[in-house]
Amino acid sequence: MSWAEDLPPLDGGASAPDTQAGHAGGRWSGRCWAPGVSLRDCRPARRRVWRNRRNATLIVLAVVLTLIPVAMILYQITSKGIQTMDWEFLTSSQPFSLRRTGGGFLNGLIGTAIMVGLATLVSVPLGILGAVYLVEYGKGNWLAKLIRFFSDVMTGVPSIFVGLFVYTALVVQFGFGALMGAASLMIIMMPIVVRSTEEMLKLVPHELKDASYALGAAKWQTVLRVILPSAAPGITTGVMLAVARAAGETAPLLLTALGSIQLTAKLWGAPIQALPLAIFDGARNPFAAGQARAWAGALELLLIVLVFTIMARVVASRSRISR
Amino acid sequence: MNVDIHKTAPQLAPPLALPTTSQTIPQPVPRGADGEQPVFAVHDLNMHYGKNLALKDVTMDIRPRRITAIIGPSGCGKSTLIRCFNRMNELIPSARVSGEVLYHGENIYAPGVDPVVVRRHIGMVFQRPNPFPKSIYENVAFGAKINGYKGDMDELVERSLRRAALWDEVKNQLKKSALDLSGGQQQRLCIARAIAVEPDVILMDEPASALDPIATVRIEDLMQELKQDYSIVIVTHNMQQAARVSDETAFLYTEVDEATSARWGILVEFGETSQIFTRPRDKRTEDYVSGRFG
Repeated sequence: MSWAEDLPPLDGGASAPDTQAGHAGGRWSGRCWAPGVSLRDCRPARRRVWRNRRNATLIVLAVVLTLIPVAMILYQITSKGIQTMDWEFLTSSQPFSLRRTGGGFLNGLIGTAIMVGLATLVSVPLGILGAVYLVEYGKGNWLAKLIRFFSDVMTGVPSIFVGLFVYTALVVQFGFGALMGAASLMIIMMPIVVRSTEEMLKLVPHELKDASYALGAAKWQTVLRVILPSAAPGITTGVMLAVARAAGETAPLLLTALGSIQLTAKLWGAPIQALPLAIFDGARNPFAAGQARAWAGALELLLIVLVFTIMARVVASRSRISR
Repeated sequence: MNVDIHKTAPQLAPPLALPTTSQTIPQPVPRGADGEQPVFAVHDLNMHYGKNLALKDVTMDIRPRRITAIIGPSGCGKSTLIRCFNRMNELIPSARVSGEVLYHGENIYAPGVDPVVVRRHIGMVFQRPNPFPKSIYENVAFGAKINGYKGDMDELVERSLRRAALWDEVKNQLKKSALDLSGGQQQRLCIARAIAVEPDVILMDEPASALDPIATVRIEDLMQELKQDYSIVIVTHNMQQAARVSDETAFLYTEVDEATSARWGILVEFGETSQIFTRPRDKRTEDYVSGRFG
């Protein structure tokens, strides 16, 4: 109790002699609490307050600056695309002439679905397995380092190079087709899946792995039943990123799928259309009808990616037991 | 197949590199058949992390259906020692073990012994409750599923949860996430999960150190229950806990090499808990249990 008696009342500052006001005006900037100074009268140094405001403003400004182009793109695509977007657009193929109005990008939609679907089917399992190898089996050995290095390089390679590679390796021999397009998209997706999955697997707490091993689980059982389920939501996000990237790729498809105005679902032997190719087609020509279709196609692509992302989020949040 | 090379008292037996011929872990000895054969006989166990010695020349016997406590100051290698009993140390890449840990007479570190099989028989409960982010039911059933349990899973889950004194609290919410439970409940769930695979030994690495006193008492009561059927080894930095729950106590202490300031753990004294706490033979034990250091 004795310590409390020594303290002056917080509001009765006048009674405390100035010499007692320890830090106030001493070596510390701002006004600090001391016997006789109310906490309400203490202020941080003006300089610090100012700096805090300045930095907060800069951060908000940066966010706004980043959002401006996104908002502009969304607005442009939606406002122009919505004019041509109708049931006919969704359910019919391109007309034979870019000048003609009507028709839609069904051929491109089917082509994109086939190629992105095939590329996903191959790259996602392989990419996840690769990431499991990197994190759980390879650790720091030379093979793991090699895979990690080349994944990084592959993420940065311009996609047209991938197209050129598939062109010389496959298209020259087998001709344009959906399989060739899917191969190029797969090459683009794989490193994204590997690296994003690797980051997610690294986040799985080692306590969970210990718990599994202590119950007599073998390594593969631990990976399948504990590590992958725990990382599933994060992995899904990474996979969606890769799918969105592949769905929007144009350059490699120019050299592998080529594009076609015909509605086809052939896997090889015939060129096939893709949404980005159809957009590219319509946008680079001077005909109003073709350009209008390109805008609607862009909106369609945007919506597809959006829907898939939302679906993946929902599935991922369901698969994880709510906390 | 299973040559019993451990009939004589372990302290007298010279730690020769006896060849272990058998390739499999023998089934646990039927309970009550040969009560005094040690569950673990540790001979000259040395443990390294990389080049650093962590444990030096540990020799001790763990007796069945008793609670053996491992006490000692922080950093003396208690957790390292208990993790040697089910080869959990191997999950750390640089860890290296020499010497023998005989489990019912057979060296668990012998070539050809699969650590997965070892851990199947020797369960473990960790310092921080670590349930899987799955439902309560899934948590308990996990070990049984991966070990190919063929019986009635619902029955096994209920039995294990009852054994861990958790059934009444969770019986209506088995599908709920285990992460929704309180810390003490999570730890009992981890114990239920460990006993669901019907192990022979349960290792507990400071199982109550993250829990409040009430939850701690529940865990301690549970241990008394469990020792009817299981051999329990518990690491604790709480001497009162060791004195309360254990039958035998091992005191580990840190030895320091003055020249290189390298530190490693040694087993100073091992005996009946009452003897360790009331009539310690070693000066360091006496100082530690009387609270003079550590």
